[in-house]
Amino acid sequence: MEKNQYLDMFIDESKEHLQAMNDNLLKLENSPENVAIVNEIFRSAHTLKGMAATMGYEDLASLTHIMENVLDGIRNHKISVSSDILDVVFEAVDDLEAMVLSIASGGDGRRDVTKVVAQLEKIEKGERLEAQKTKEEISSTFVVKDSEQSSTAETYDDFEVTVLTQATEQGFHVNQIHISLREDCILKAARVFMVFEVLEQVGEIIKSTPTVDALEEENFDYDFTVTLITKESSVEVRNRILKVSEIENVEVKTIDINNYKSTNGTEKVTEDNIPPLKDTVEEVGSDKQTHNNEKNQEEKANNPASKTIRVNIERLDILMNLFEELVIDRGRLEQIARDLKSSELTETVEHMSRISGDLQNIILNMRMVPVEQVFNRFPRMVRGLAKDLNKKVHLEIIGAETELDRTVIDEIGDPLVHLLRNSIDHGVETPSSRLSVGKTEEGNITLRAYHSGNHVFIEVSDDGAGINRDKVLKKAIDSGVITKESEKNLTNRQVYELLFSSGLSTADEITDVSGRGVGLDVVKNKIESLGGNVTVDSVLGEGTTFSIQLPLTLSIISVMLVEVQSEKYAIPLSSIIETAIVKDEDILAAHNQKVIDFRGSVVPLINLTDFFDVPKTRDQDAYHSIVIVRKGEKMAGLVVDSFIGQQEIVLKSLGNYLTNVFAISGATILGDGQVALIVDCNALIK
Amino acid sequence: MSETNLVNEIKVIVFQLKDEEYGVEVSQVRSIERMQHITRVPRTPDFVKGVINLRGVVTPIIELRNRFGIDVVENTDSTRIIIVAVGDMEVGLIVDAANDVVDIPNDVIEPPPEVVGGIEADYLRGVAKMDKRLLILLNLEKVLNPKEIKEIKSIEANG
Repeated sequence: MEKNQYLDMFIDESKEHLQAMNDNLLKLENSPENVAIVNEIFRSAHTLKGMAATMGYEDLASLTHIMENVLDGIRNHKISVSSDILDVVFEAVDDLEAMVLSIASGGDGRRDVTKVVAQLEKIEKGERLEAQKTKEEISSTFVVKDSEQSSTAETYDDFEVTVLTQATEQGFHVNQIHISLREDCILKAARVFMVFEVLEQVGEIIKSTPTVDALEEENFDYDFTVTLITKESSVEVRNRILKVSEIENVEVKTIDINNYKSTNGTEKVTEDNIPPLKDTVEEVGSDKQTHNNEKNQEEKANNPASKTIRVNIERLDILMNLFEELVIDRGRLEQIARDLKSSELTETVEHMSRISGDLQNIILNMRMVPVEQVFNRFPRMVRGLAKDLNKKVHLEIIGAETELDRTVIDEIGDPLVHLLRNSIDHGVETPSSRLSVGKTEEGNITLRAYHSGNHVFIEVSDDGAGINRDKVLKKAIDSGVITKESEKNLTNRQVYELLFSSGLSTADEITDVSGRGVGLDVVKNKIESLGGNVTVDSVLGEGTTFSIQLPLTLSIISVMLVEVQSEKYAIPLSSIIETAIVKDEDILAAHNQKVIDFRGSVVPLINLTDFFDVPKTRDQDAYHSIVIVRKGEKMAGLVVDSFIGQQEIVLKSLGNYLTNVFAISGATILGDGQVALIVDCNALIK
Repeated sequence: MSETNLVNEIKVIVFQLKDEEYGVEVSQVRSIERMQHITRVPRTPDFVKGVINLRGVVTPIIELRNRFGIDVVENTDSTRIIIVAVGDMEVGLIVDAANDVVDIPNDVIEPPPEVVGGIEADYLRGVAKMDKRLLILLNLEKVLNPKEIKEIKSIEANG
């Protein structure tokens, strides 16, 4: 098989399944009795096993297989869920992850997993009354096992047993039909389809192994088994099937469903017999379909086809560029329509404008992904860390559906990991000291994301010990970040800000987790490089909140378009306080610098015509249009000639040739196809 | 193009500046555009005319006459922008006209003379003499050296 073609898909999907397993294992830990969750995990494991075996990663497949046995035991109440058992399963999932990563980085996915395997086997054998599978079988590969299963007797779950029982009561025969195709059969799927069609004429197909999907995709060798309820005799059924060409052999067995009721129960699960997903264990606040749900739907045989597809982000960029081209042409068409004064043309162009407006929204939205993508790995991480540190931590995630631009999403994972580690290690106290100060034994960490204006906020807050001002100051003085003299003048907020300076950590002991003094400064740098900022707030004894503010997207910003002489410039709305029109006599001079009195504060003026050496095309009148911008606490007034209006624009770089043009942060393409430059207000204010 | 051709000949796009003919290798040329609106970028060297919207990509434009110290003239109908790619940069060059593609055998290319039409020899790869034409081959890496921008900027700032 041409493997490379499928490798990316395999890796992506494996990661998804591992993530789903992680999520569900955590849920299972909270509600150990919930068989639906076990089924979910089982199904992820099963799919992963199948994919791994198909791709030839035997180690991956066999470890998954052993894990499946344990899960199966749990599902059949032969093994009861305990933290210890889950630890081993988690460990196995970790190993699986490592294997997938190894495959992703070009390795062969091999890994020494004998320890985990031994533990899993111990669980399986120790707790199960009848160990049905011998050790050799377990270590044998999936491929062998699967064909073995399909050639021997079928197994049914509760639901199917019920259906079959009812059918029997109504006088139908239950036939198990094993069909072998000829080895030289070319269109296997087509033959299968013909067989199914024949069967559906005489009865109803209850189950097929492999599943219908697998059969359609030709994911089987030459044999498959279907269970049919029919009133026809088995000989008749057989003869009908044999009319389909390229069939090697057909075995029809009438079975007595009563045999299955007690013994086999829910021995084997295939993709199409999972009960519908229950929403009982949804994460707080994620009111939308979660990622998991989507994935589940993908695999359900009877459900409509998947609702998501993977698209390379580069393609979206190309789409965006092409769309901008379209917008420019639209602008020209509008102009032409106005000039020609043809109502028919105008109408059509207006319609086109509306559609392209909608199209623009969709394209921009396509680049937005829920932060859930980043958040969903945290519960697992927090659990592990808390265990390592002997702390009890409950993580609550709020607003996982908040959407952010893909480019931002890719970058915020690491800073958030840092902050969470920080909260668990430094924030939340040990259970005993929590009890002694009258808090619950379990610490709470809340991860919250929400939109506000043009920004997304992500907060990591804990109800731990809070930041000890004196301790921070002492460390800061010890490590030379501040001097002893400056200590007294600092506000609490300024003291907390010190945490972000490099080489400072308040943990008394250096642990594996944090305390090496690298971390928060890295977080700050990273967030700032994304155009955001991070602040910290704390109440001693009650907890600490880190708040990250991020731009919604790195590629689209709101600007105010202004005219300077006959050139157009864009000023980011995020730096604008307001606009004003002032008269000549209101402009004062302070030491060669023109200033205005703006709401009680003196604001220096920067004349953009002079500053940008714009060729003069207009006469100056007595009124000046001024845009008041700010950087932090400082303000400046930019003198322009006229305001055009507010607009959403696509941020573009000036290319690699013109790097670091002073006071210009980028460019954008306007509706008329011309380029407008974006003023970097931060550079204008010193 | 056969293997031997690759070795023995180079294909160049010929353009004009003032009275002289220059050549850039076809492989470095992305497209040739007509003159269009150029947005001036403030606080850049004189030869940087500004940026244009090249099918959705903001592309810087250089006035080649200015770059080579030739008097700048008004644009005409034949004025063209040659979009060239060097490394990860895409830059447009304003030229008086671009009208020819020729194959130049490697053996007619001579090293550049010390001074040709006031251009420092650094920018030149060589001079090709074909029949009665004299083609000046540009070394685009040098012409588009971003360091040069900074140097010129600092000179301007000092002056």
